[in-house]
Amino acid sequence: MSKVKASKTYQEKAKAAADKKAALGEDIDLAKYTDEEDKLPYQTDPSGLPPETKEKMLTAGVMLDDVSQRVGTYLQIDNTPVHFSAQQEGIEVMALSQALEKYDWVGDYLWKAVSVDADKYTANVELNEGDGYFIRALPRQKTVFPVQACLYLAKSRLTQNAHNIIIAEEGSELHIITGCAVASPGEPGLHIGVSEFYIKKGAKVTFTMIHSWNPEVAVRPRTTTIVEEGGLFLSNYLLMKPVRSLQMYPTARCVGENATVRYNSIMVAGKGTNIDAGSRVFLDAKNTRTEIVSRAITTGGNIAARGYIEGNAVDVKGHLECRGLILGKTGTIHAVPELKGTLAGIDLSHEAAVGKIAEEEVEYLMARGLTRDEATAAIVRGFLRVDIEGLPPLLAEELKKAVEASEKDVM
Amino acid sequence: MLEIKGLSVAVEDKEIIHDVNMTIQKGETHVLFGPNGAGKSTLLMAIMGFPKYKVTHGSIRFKDKDITGLSVDERARMGIGMSFQRPPVVRGVKTRDMVAACLKGSGDGEEIERLAKMTDLGDFLERDINYGFSGGEIKRSELMQLLAQKPELTLLDEPESGVDLVNIALIGELMNNLLEKNCPILERRCMGLIITHTGHILDYVNARTGYVMCDGTIGCVGDPHEMLATIREKGYNECIKCYLGRLPIHE
Repeated sequence: MSKVKASKTYQEKAKAAADKKAALGEDIDLAKYTDEEDKLPYQTDPSGLPPETKEKMLTAGVMLDDVSQRVGTYLQIDNTPVHFSAQQEGIEVMALSQALEKYDWVGDYLWKAVSVDADKYTANVELNEGDGYFIRALPRQKTVFPVQACLYLAKSRLTQNAHNIIIAEEGSELHIITGCAVASPGEPGLHIGVSEFYIKKGAKVTFTMIHSWNPEVAVRPRTTTIVEEGGLFLSNYLLMKPVRSLQMYPTARCVGENATVRYNSIMVAGKGTNIDAGSRVFLDAKNTRTEIVSRAITTGGNIAARGYIEGNAVDVKGHLECRGLILGKTGTIHAVPELKGTLAGIDLSHEAAVGKIAEEEVEYLMARGLTRDEATAAIVRGFLRVDIEGLPPLLAEELKKAVEASEKDVM
Repeated sequence: MLEIKGLSVAVEDKEIIHDVNMTIQKGETHVLFGPNGAGKSTLLMAIMGFPKYKVTHGSIRFKDKDITGLSVDERARMGIGMSFQRPPVVRGVKTRDMVAACLKGSGDGEEIERLAKMTDLGDFLERDINYGFSGGEIKRSELMQLLAQKPELTLLDEPESGVDLVNIALIGELMNNLLEKNCPILERRCMGLIITHTGHILDYVNARTGYVMCDGTIGCVGDPHEMLATIREKGYNECIKCYLGRLPIHE
């Protein structure tokens, strides 16, 4: 891909950061992965993909057969955008490479939210000119159905370098479901995804991301969202399948007054899974709000569940809730909730809890006639049930289904 | 019928209940009085079968079956139900889910709505069970679950504590419903064992037998209304003295 407007400075910065280790998570040796990939053909009709591919995508919530349930589609296999289309006027869905050719201003949005030299992973995306999706809602355009995006890792030992730009123009409303999945049940691979969200004045974006990897894949998403005055960003993250190593710390900056950000994450770690994930919000303008809710379950894997809220303006309010459940004999959950306030007149709070299922709760349900197994299942299901405010009913239903589908793996 | 014979119960290796005997016939409701720490709740928990409450001697028979070794859920499915005094909050488990579990598939959404309306908990069905509930709401929610469960033996631990006067009437009415007070005595199948401190509940339920429990033993059996009058007038101390007076004196 050629980023028409990409500045040489970014390439230089990326080169300088090519070996820069990330602040958190296992250091991944990029040399163990290849950037060479097979050329993949464009698919006019994504429902024509092989059934096994579609099935894998479905594990990450990506449904390709019913076009009436979405307003746009983006599919990327390895590093090639194989399909992109929009079905609603005022909604744009295309490959970033195409957007850069179409609009001369797109370059202004690259590496503005995420730093190109944040670490070796962001640098690698720039150095490999990673393509990804460009999703934009024009001013005051509102969608009911979501745009569906899928980043699919097919080739063994490949590095997938994705760079996504999402823009919700003033007063618009946009819903996105991104599913990330892998073709093989056991081949190694590396997914790096840079996502930069721009939520303009009064716009609303819900972003639901479902990950479905395998026990050999390493994942390094790098996401930052800029929320302007009165904007709303609602992010849901779901990881129920194994992954060798995942580290991410998506960040939102509320730069305009009355902006609101909510993060919900549900993570399950089986044996061999290592997750270091959290959400970070900077409340930089008056009266901005945030709520971060995370649920972590280990059945043998390791999870560092982080959260960070920083209040830098008057009348801001933030709450962080971090709960972990240890269901196996092994496995760790390390909850790291952090709050930072830099002036008077802010209101930040957190609650964190890590433990096993309370016997008292199990017995309470058993006294109503449930067996021990039924009672335990009901409590785990309840634990995973995060009430997500502001999500359209259809999306809420989809998310619920995705959680329920994965519950069996947990039990 | 519930038949308790020579029952002793220990919690964490300390015996709390000693040699308790009690028989509740089909259709009867009995009341348990006693000062704090007398072992009343322990007795109820042991009848329900919570593992922490270990039976060290004696037996519990229910519906002609020895249930002493059965688990909590087995007893619940046999028809024993209990209202908890301080039930735990179970995050993510909705009140509706609990009522549905109690109905065991015998009722649909409509039945759940009906029970919620009856207990004035219509707005609580979608809330996490017991989360942020007031004292009165907890009592009503416990009774709603029991009404769905339809137990043959209902164990109620201070159903009136923390409830205001207006709600007491509603709670009383729900208990009547649960214990089939309006059903002719011969047709009544439900049994009840109720712990009470205030006795308000006696205005609502048809209790014929009362017990005063002290130090883990049943000191007195009799008419609950008379007992309550004595306790109100003279306090539990009088009961204890009377009870001690009847004990054989050991040198």
